[in-house]
Amino acid sequence: MFLSTLFLGLVLGGTYALLALGLSLQYGIARIMNLAYGEFMLLACFAVTMMFTSWGLGPLWGLLVVVPLGYALGWIIHTVMMRPLIKRSGGGGRLEVDTILATFGLLFVVQGLMLVTFGSDFTSYSYLDRGIGILGTTIAANRLIAFVVSLVIGFGLYAVLIRTRWGRALRAVALAPGSAYLVGIDVNKLGRQGFALGGALAAAGGALVSMFQTFSATDGVVFTMKALIVVIMGGVGNILGALIAGLLLGLAETFVAAFIDPGLTMAATYTMFLAVLLWRPTGLFGKAGG
Amino acid sequence: MSVLLETQGLTKRFGGLTAVNGVSLTVKRGEVLGLLGPNGSGKTTLMNLISGALKSSEGALLINGKDMTGAPPHRIAKSGVARTFQLVKILPSLTLEENVMVPAAFGPDRLWGKALKAQVAECLAMVGLNARAGQQASELTYIDQKRLELARALASAPKLLLLDEWLAGLNPTELHEGIRLIRELEQTGITIIMVEHIMDAVRALCPRCAVMNSGTLIADGPTDQVLSDPHVVAAYLGEEDA
Amino acid sequence: MTYILSALGLAALAVLPMLFGDYGTGMLVGLAGYVTLATSWAMFSGPTRYISLATVAFFGVGAYTVAVLNEVLPYPLVLLAAAGIGATMALLVGLSTLRLAGIYFVIFTFGLAELVRQLITWFEVNVTGTLGRYIFLDLEAKHIYWQLLALGAATLALSAWIRRSRLGLALRVIGDDETVAAHSGINLARTKLVLFVASSTIITLVGAIQAPRWVYVEPSIVFNPTVSFLTVIMALLGGATRLWGPLFGAVPLFLLFEWLSARFPDHFSILLGLMFMAVVYALPDGVLAALEKFRRKGNGNSATKPAKEANA
Repeated sequence: MFLSTLFLGLVLGGTYALLALGLSLQYGIARIMNLAYGEFMLLACFAVTMMFTSWGLGPLWGLLVVVPLGYALGWIIHTVMMRPLIKRSGGGGRLEVDTILATFGLLFVVQGLMLVTFGSDFTSYSYLDRGIGILGTTIAANRLIAFVVSLVIGFGLYAVLIRTRWGRALRAVALAPGSAYLVGIDVNKLGRQGFALGGALAAAGGALVSMFQTFSATDGVVFTMKALIVVIMGGVGNILGALIAGLLLGLAETFVAAFIDPGLTMAATYTMFLAVLLWRPTGLFGKAGG
Repeated sequence: MSVLLETQGLTKRFGGLTAVNGVSLTVKRGEVLGLLGPNGSGKTTLMNLISGALKSSEGALLINGKDMTGAPPHRIAKSGVARTFQLVKILPSLTLEENVMVPAAFGPDRLWGKALKAQVAECLAMVGLNARAGQQASELTYIDQKRLELARALASAPKLLLLDEWLAGLNPTELHEGIRLIRELEQTGITIIMVEHIMDAVRALCPRCAVMNSGTLIADGPTDQVLSDPHVVAAYLGEEDA
Repeated sequence: MTYILSALGLAALAVLPMLFGDYGTGMLVGLAGYVTLATSWAMFSGPTRYISLATVAFFGVGAYTVAVLNEVLPYPLVLLAAAGIGATMALLVGLSTLRLAGIYFVIFTFGLAELVRQLITWFEVNVTGTLGRYIFLDLEAKHIYWQLLALGAATLALSAWIRRSRLGLALRVIGDDETVAAHSGINLARTKLVLFVASSTIITLVGAIQAPRWVYVEPSIVFNPTVSFLTVIMALLGGATRLWGPLFGAVPLFLLFEWLSARFPDHFSILLGLMFMAVVYALPDGVLAALEKFRRKGNGNSATKPAKEANA
């Protein structure tokens, strides 16, 4: 019981970490708290589901389709919606409130569109839904695949950010938006790319979650909250922090569900979140990082 | 003359960096003290410690004989300390009149009603902004923002005024005007500590100077003497060499 | 003069239920409720620019207090208990969160509403064994409307008083620059806390007074996050830094949403979202500010653009 719960928690947590990475990039690099993040994910969930059920395209192939679309959507939203607000604020404190309200609006519009298109029922599909025995416990194959793909994407992104010139520029913008332009970095362009990259990761997270979880058009807020919890626990812009925090959240949820009361899972999530916010608003692992 | 401000071994550490290291300074009522030192020597940090913006890691702060060590900024303001900021800070969405009203309403005297109006008018007149009292502060030019900031600092009728590079960034005419303004203030008997880089202004305004270098106080005394002190010269030249 | 006009206006509003039928009175209840919610929300969030999404947390706690206590205590005491619980909760939340800045405060308040809902649901299911509760109080829609009207008028009066008091000045300074506020002698923590508690207590009372309208109450009904979102958007649409702003936002938006949700029930959230965007992009300072600007332009005076802040 303990071992299988541990395993389930880690696998769930890996996906949460991936979910959070995109939000962390958007907030860390583009300085925009995208409250419609979960809606982006859900769009990917629905897209992958449709491709699977209508065309028989497997979710991993679907993932390859939705990730570039997520990047494009993020790019467009940054250009059309966020850029005017950034320009208007001129670097003042107003930007934060404006972007919160604008992405809030986006949240409701996208949620409404999904409700009208897909209805409010829970959706799911069955893909590789059979158990695989590992270390004496059984775990669904789809969860395991999602976990492995999450880790591959997560560490791949980490390598890109650490090793490549582009990654270093992105990190420079995240660490010092006020002075990155001094070394010839186009802060606006990278902010847009960071936001778009976040969109791509949201799409990837959505595609993976859809493999093992049922979802409905109104679940976006829950995803956003979970991603936010992980981002805040891990520290904004801190990728390793997000990975660890994601795993912690996954473990906390599965353990509360298994050993205390499944009805308290959400409450445990929020308690953890509120506690971290109050105790260490800059994250469990310090402020800066990459 | 009685002592208004006393710091005893005031120290501030940020992680491994000691920005202010054991500074003991006594300022008497009515004195005008120039606080000098190369960039990064801890002058602004010391001002922040005195005004309560930062809490000291060690040492004591006495204002008017009362222990104010670790007191929050609003309590220090209420005890009669006012300040300006290195980067000028005005309240952009308020009118000039309202800007100046704030410290008078919340400072030591907690003025309200007619007394408040009179005080605000007097302070705005002192810096020559009384004709524009109803204007939005965000519409001011840089020099007028500086003027407004000074008027606001004076509105609480402070015993101790902290000026953090208030003269920086002014053109020669404005500088002249600024020096005249501070000299006028001096006549009222107010106590001033001013961080300043402009030596002419320091010579003109401050009978006494204290010099900081890498967090410690390296000289304190009459301005002429301090400025010719070899340690002080070395501290400044050392910076320029580096 | 102002007092006489206000009294006359209030009297006119009070006889409205006699003119309208049951449906109209029901609308009046909702209208008075949202005007009060938006006004009390703006009392704290307008000047400080702390966007609170905890409205429904307090609103729901008020409603639940009535649901739990309505058969135990006489009605006035139930309201008093609700106010007490709301104020205590606001005090605890305020003490722990008002040092959080910007985005963290927004998220915290949103999480708080969800947390309270989850905890009450769990408690009801596992400890009391019933999810829903009934409220049997001998109150008609018009009685509820009158109470809300009185509370709304009191809220506006309190807002007006705060604006002219030292507290109001302190709040505007905090909204502009907290550093300057502190160095001018303003106690930041206490000022914010006082306002947050006052605003939250009124919100709790709105929930308590409206509760009998439902008769049957369960967490998913009274902790509906839409209440928080609508309150925010109404206050911002009218202009959250103005006394009458929230009212001017709440009345048209409430009627609009009532009409739209009857005609296009599936498109409600799209419309809500578009409303948010409209406020951000078209009316950043609210309808009243836009009207004023328009009028000033008409008079030939050029409306001045606020310069950007010197430091972010």
